[in-house]
Amino acid sequence: PVPLPLGPRRDSRIPELAWKGSWRSSHSTPDTSTVPGCSKPCPSLCSSPGAPSGSVRLSKVTLEPSLSRLDIPSCSPRLLQALLRSSQPLTGPNRRRCREDEKLLGTILDEGERGFIIDTRSAQAAKQARMSGGGTEPKSSYPQWRRLHRALDRGRPLQESFIRLVEACAEQGMDRWLGRLESSRWLGHVKAALSTACLAAQCLDREGCKVLVHGAEGTDTTLLVTALAQLILDPSCRSLEGFQGLLEREWIQAGHPFQLRCARSASSHGRGKQEAPLFLLFLDCVWQLSRQFPFSLEFGEQLLLTLFDNAYASSYGTFLCNNEKERSLCKVKESTHSLWAWLNQPEERQKYLNPLYSHNPLVIWPSVEPQSIQLWQGLFLRWIRPSQHLDEAWAEIRRLVEGNNSSTKESTGKRLSQSFPDPTAGTRNGR
Amino acid sequence: MEHIRMPKVENVRLLDRLSSRRAVVGTLYLTATHVIFVENGSETRKETWVLHSQISSIEKQATTATGCPLLIRCKNFQVIQLVIPQERDCHDVYISLIRLARPVKYEELYCFSFNPKLDKEEREQGWKLVDLNEEYNRMGVPNSYWQISDVNRDYGVCDSYPTEVYVPKSATAHIIVGSSKFRSRRRFPALSYYCKDNNASICRSSQPLSGFSARCLEDEQMLQAIRKANPGSDFIYVVDTRPKLNAMANRAAGKGYENEDNYSNIKFQFIGIENIHVMRNSLQKMLEVCELKSPSMSDFLWGLENSGWLKHIKAIMDAGIFIAKAVAEEGVSVLVHCSDGWDRTAQVCSVASLLLDPYYRTMKGFMVLIEKDWVSFGHKFNHRYGNLDGDPKEISPVIDQFIECVWQLMEQFPCAFEFNERFLIHIQHHIYSCQFGNFLCNSQKERRELKIKERTYSLWAHLWKNRSDYLNPLYRPGHSQTQGTLHPQIAPCNFLYKFWSGMYNRFEKGLHPRQSVTDYLMAVKEETQQLEEELEVLQERLANLQRSQSGNNKVKSKQQDKSKQFGLYTSNNSLANTPQEYSNDLKSFPSRSPSQGDEDSALILTQDNLKSSDPDLSANSDQESGVEDLSCRSPSGGGCLPSEDSGKDSDEAVFLAG
Repeated sequence: PVPLPLGPRRDSRIPELAWKGSWRSSHSTPDTSTVPGCSKPCPSLCSSPGAPSGSVRLSKVTLEPSLSRLDIPSCSPRLLQALLRSSQPLTGPNRRRCREDEKLLGTILDEGERGFIIDTRSAQAAKQARMSGGGTEPKSSYPQWRRLHRALDRGRPLQESFIRLVEACAEQGMDRWLGRLESSRWLGHVKAALSTACLAAQCLDREGCKVLVHGAEGTDTTLLVTALAQLILDPSCRSLEGFQGLLEREWIQAGHPFQLRCARSASSHGRGKQEAPLFLLFLDCVWQLSRQFPFSLEFGEQLLLTLFDNAYASSYGTFLCNNEKERSLCKVKESTHSLWAWLNQPEERQKYLNPLYSHNPLVIWPSVEPQSIQLWQGLFLRWIRPSQHLDEAWAEIRRLVEGNNSSTKESTGKRLSQSFPDPTAGTRNGR
Repeated sequence: MEHIRMPKVENVRLLDRLSSRRAVVGTLYLTATHVIFVENGSETRKETWVLHSQISSIEKQATTATGCPLLIRCKNFQVIQLVIPQERDCHDVYISLIRLARPVKYEELYCFSFNPKLDKEEREQGWKLVDLNEEYNRMGVPNSYWQISDVNRDYGVCDSYPTEVYVPKSATAHIIVGSSKFRSRRRFPALSYYCKDNNASICRSSQPLSGFSARCLEDEQMLQAIRKANPGSDFIYVVDTRPKLNAMANRAAGKGYENEDNYSNIKFQFIGIENIHVMRNSLQKMLEVCELKSPSMSDFLWGLENSGWLKHIKAIMDAGIFIAKAVAEEGVSVLVHCSDGWDRTAQVCSVASLLLDPYYRTMKGFMVLIEKDWVSFGHKFNHRYGNLDGDPKEISPVIDQFIECVWQLMEQFPCAFEFNERFLIHIQHHIYSCQFGNFLCNSQKERRELKIKERTYSLWAHLWKNRSDYLNPLYRPGHSQTQGTLHPQIAPCNFLYKFWSGMYNRFEKGLHPRQSVTDYLMAVKEETQQLEEELEVLQERLANLQRSQSGNNKVKSKQQDKSKQFGLYTSNNSLANTPQEYSNDLKSFPSRSPSQGDEDSALILTQDNLKSSDPDLSANSDQESGVEDLSCRSPSGGGCLPSEDSGKDSDEAVFLAG
């Protein structure tokens, strides 16, 4: 696979299928789990979205092969929901067009069907990007797509927000805590990320439309939105394995540059130009979901904390390098261990499970009102306030639920069977 | 009834605060006790009931093309927006409600007409549930240091105190009366909490009338007597809960605070809790923030910060923590006062007691605590919560702040309290509802004169009857958090204090977690218990069988019960919900969610457990009607996305138009 040198999109991130609707929709659209009208098997599309290896995307190759693999519409003309991601189109200052890209996006939609493009930059920023060779899809060239702009901060502003928040949390004896919390703007970023993900999810689930998400590079805010949207829509992403699959697919393989973004965390020294806590922002949003839907995620806060720790410093190779290419050059798979393998050992796994989990087949629509967004104390105040009383509460919850699930029922059974060797004996005698 | 100018108005629109598109049309009724809105159409005919005494303000806004808007704000933080087609009708409703919401006589209040169909004996039993004599005995008084004083029988010394007051044994009637003359409103130092482990105590009073230099021998003897009642300690703390500046200003009016030089062996301490006027304004500002239409994160956080509300909550907590520490760790007695000793003093004494004594963290103990520190010691419920028409400057959310302190503690110590958040919310509701007699009037004296116990019912009995709804599943008597003193983190951990959306936005159900952990765990706990019971039954049965008896039918039926129970909460798990409006841009698309209604009602079922437990509590329901709660119409949100970007781009504008 040779990356396209002068492709229509930066880093030749042509639209890739991030996710297709394979969940049972919460309203009365036909069940799409068995892609109707799909006569021939379509491996790149039909593989399970929960698979950790995650091959539910089109391969990133030169334009021609990828066009030839435009079997999304041909294979399943009635595929109802599809979430795609890409980088920005390289329209540039002269509003350059690219027929292949237009065709690619055009073939995704049926005739007369409309799709949404969610650009994670403001309209202004997208326009400005033209000056440096980027840009956005002009309506005239992509008539079936409706473009929505949702400005999500990335890069320096996000990193500075993170630093300010960590400073505010660490500062003792401060008077105007809420003011400091506000001026860090972190919760505003959480709210914006969740809102945009909900918008994408809503376009998919409620409008039944296909959605393409992109920002500039397609490796930061784009992934934030597509990953969150899947978590909101797709119950299979909410299991421990499914969530790992989602991370592997939407963050690692999709090429989030972990090495560049997650180097020094909030340390105020040596603020790297490339440093930005997008992955942390994602984890925070997941935490917000878990708080609003305490039964719907199979994993608990501990997993999110562990992922945060490992993204910044890890004994495992999972978050190494910036993309698949680098990982294969560095032979990461050959020379390091996988975080997932370690997490999934039975005794380790136990630590990350949410005792309240119960499979929820529905879409989980979070509230994004400010009253509903909270500071993730478990992370940001982890070393600042003791959490003993809250840990005790979780132990108590575990005790209650497990007491109910296993011990009582088992012991009931055991105690009864011990004292009840022949259940019919008594009755028979009686009769 | 004579105040109702307009008993019924049709075609009234009830607006959803967060989404103008969710308005419903119905009929508005005014009755002697409630405002009722009944939705038109749909078979359910949802009803919204609001007690007149819950109404805090009514605002008639400028007439628009669609009608005349009427905004009703309730004391339990519900906000109802109506649009009445005819201006004249709106005016009549407005005038009627103004009068109905401000009764002038106690007899007009709901508790005098409320009849839960209990006989006389049950009513009396209800009032006996909380017995303060029993409580003081539990604390360990009277004993060799403390005695009950009859100096205030017939309210001869202090008309806002109870008749039975505990004072140090060495304080003679002469000392008490003398001291009372040197204290605002004659509220002399009396026992609030006694710690039998180390003899330290919390006493309460009003400010001394010291002015710039006045002294009172009896008052000095009184404080001396309090110190002597704790032989293990050679001084007492005197805690003035006011900011120092306020206390000093009081000196000019002949009041003030204790001079350490005049009193032997006291340590004097200011703890700056602001006065009722500051608190009233602070709540007002915070509620304005809660009412903002699609606020940004910054609007919300700045608004919350500028309201100062959480800072005030923290000040009260800090005072309580200081006192609890003095009593439990230093073994030193504390005398607490503010100005009159019935607002801040009540808050601080009850927070300290709650931290010190696990009993007050049980359901029964909490009722006792409110009865002891608030009701018996003359907290002016009528004035503070505006039960009868009165001076609006007297109104202040004093007990609301105490209730919030308890919630903040529950957040920090999830296993420490026997009761849950719902219990607090229901108590808050009934402090304003005037449905029960407990919180009527300003003092015990007034309540006795009104014969409250003969004419009304007790809230405590009502809550106790439904106590299974108020249990905290994480509470276990053997747990470490339920033992001894609670040690919350002290200053400067401001971040520990959180906005309580469960209270101040309680009618915006869309804002709250969609799945209730408390309810789930209660169901789990109940089921476990049932299994245990079942096991016992089976074992018993087995024993019987072995004595050669027949019939396991009963066992079977038991098992069926169990599975029903199980089904109940598993179905709750997979709660449906609907998205809020994440984007205004989607309006141009036809909605494709026909099943939305069903999902909403699924949500209502679980979210509204609250109501089933207390049918007359929530704004809109009545013991007779058993109607749907309007407040849980559905989770909804305003256009909560920043949408300024959309539409600016010419491409997009074309698309929107097309």
